Amino acid sequence: MSEPSVNPRVVSWLVRLLVILCAAFVLADFVIHRHAEFSFEAWPGFYALFGFASYCCIVLSAKSLRRFLRRDEDYYGD
Amino acid sequence: MISSLLNHPGWILILGGGLALLLPDRLRAPFALVLPLIAIAVLVGIPLGTNLSGDLAGLALTPLRLDRLAFIFCLIFLVAAFLGLLFAIPERNRWLDGCGLIYAGAAVGAALAGDLVTLFVYWEFTALASLALVLTRDAVANLQAGLRYLAIQVGSGILLLAGATVHYRATGSLEFGHLGTETPGGLLILTAFGIKCAFPFLHNWLQDTYPRASAGGTVMLSAFTTKLAVYALARGYAGTEELMWIGATMTAFPIFFAVLENDLRKVLAYSLNNQLGFMVAGIGIGTPLALDGAAAHAFAHILYKALLFMSMGAVLHQVGTTKASELGGLYKSMPFTTACCLVGSASISAFPLFSGFVTKSLILAAAAYEGHWLLWLVLLFASAGVLDHSGIKVPFFAFFAHTSDKRCTEAPWPMRIAMGITAALCIGIGIYPDPLYAILPFGSAYHPYTASHVISQMQLLLFAALAFVVLFRTGLYPPEVRGINLDADWLYRRVLPRVTARVLAATDQLATALGQLGARALTRSGQLLHAVAGDGAPLSRAWSVGLSSAILLLLVALLLV
Repeated sequence: MSEPSVNPRVVSWLVRLLVILCAAFVLADFVIHRHAEFSFEAWPGFYALFGFASYCCIVLSAKSLRRFLRRDEDYYGD
Repeated sequence: MISSLLNHPGWILILGGGLALLLPDRLRAPFALVLPLIAIAVLVGIPLGTNLSGDLAGLALTPLRLDRLAFIFCLIFLVAAFLGLLFAIPERNRWLDGCGLIYAGAAVGAALAGDLVTLFVYWEFTALASLALVLTRDAVANLQAGLRYLAIQVGSGILLLAGATVHYRATGSLEFGHLGTETPGGLLILTAFGIKCAFPFLHNWLQDTYPRASAGGTVMLSAFTTKLAVYALARGYAGTEELMWIGATMTAFPIFFAVLENDLRKVLAYSLNNQLGFMVAGIGIGTPLALDGAAAHAFAHILYKALLFMSMGAVLHQVGTTKASELGGLYKSMPFTTACCLVGSASISAFPLFSGFVTKSLILAAAAYEGHWLLWLVLLFASAGVLDHSGIKVPFFAFFAHTSDKRCTEAPWPMRIAMGITAALCIGIGIYPDPLYAILPFGSAYHPYTASHVISQMQLLLFAALAFVVLFRTGLYPPEVRGINLDADWLYRRVLPRVTARVLAATDQLATALGQLGARALTRSGQLLHAVAGDGAPLSRAWSVGLSSAILLLLVALLLV
């Protein structure tokens, strides 16, 4: 594997920024009353939790599907 | 005749496309670019509510009907044709330019069709013209895929014609208005639309062919066929409840394939499928807000999807591949393309200030207002998935991640200009959506920039991005590896040919066996005959008169009884 294309210091700086933004938008839930159509939607941090969980669920289940679905590139002969 | 055709925006492109096929490179590019602009001017000049009908062999046809629903789709088709042709200039491909214009013109003609027969004619026209685009990269290697594509597309047209015939016999009308699944022929026509809209299990023609075309070919292909189907569904099947669940399925299942896929243009093809799901779900909800959402989302989607295909097309044009396993670190050599790709990614992921945010939210809001909580949750789940494949995976593995051994220069100028304009439109719509809202079919007044909406969307996207960081750093994120993934096309590309071959072989064996059996039976009966009637056998001896008359009498008696 070749080396990362972006300076690792820049990456860790970006990750820190992402974490700060995440925290800020969850805190905003406690400051601003969000308008909600469904009762569960009004829970503080609902979207944060849903986004994180959905993403993990999609990527990890796709990864386990790969075992059954993956074939060689010339599988269909083209 | 010609003058009336030149007042039809679609025919300007169709006739011009035919002419463009004959022009030399230097003349063709400017000629091809001017045509969509003229067509836009003609389209804007046609008053809304125009209904041009005529009589053909006793059938009342409406070759041109312009209402608000048709207008927004025609407008974005023409804009997409302009941007796609601009992007394709460096390819200097006569077939791409000429057939691309004809394809776009046919899509506009179909959106303007007021009756089912006219729709059918343009429907098949788009199938034929787009075949040339599928073959823009390597016609010989992709011929089989092209024929599969043609069979499926033309098949959709035949279903449409069959449905239109049944519908006409039952109702006496050919008008292309609301059809619904209860009307006779309605289900046939829905299937025809569903094939072009890439409904689940009918979708693989899209992933099979779009990534095979040239850089500009795929950009052109991505705009028209499927969105024409979305338009047709919105016109004929608004409020058909089943479409909510078909749409929900379409948003969800392609994201798993997009995670696994190595060819980044194929990832975008799956992502296209997933975006269509949002529109189909909106049509299924069927309220004015939901239908406006579907139309607005189609408008924004054509632009950001074209932008994403352009950025990957630029990579293909410069590097020669879009396989994630072979790319990485290209931001250093292609900074402008990288920036445009990121704009496309932010738009499709629906980040505030980008186009997807101001259009997708109409559909989600409509689902919530109608109390469809499960549908709403599926769409939200799929929104997190969009962030993965189009928001993170495509730009990350092409332009960042690990440095690959690929070295290249920035894309040629026409490609850069096309990407720049498209990116500007994506941001423009995101920041100032009112002009887009003003041309929506039902003119819904919607305010996307409320504190609640921005906070909830940012939470969803940022935490999904955080999940990517966690999974990538812990090594749980699946690595990009070479290979393909089985999908529904496995049924007709592998199972069907094998079963057919087996059945043919078995029929062959059976025929041989039966033949042998027959031959043996013949031989045996010959031997038997010889034994009974051969030389010196009982039957061949001379019979006495008494025996002969007794047999004769017996036969006569049998006949009489």
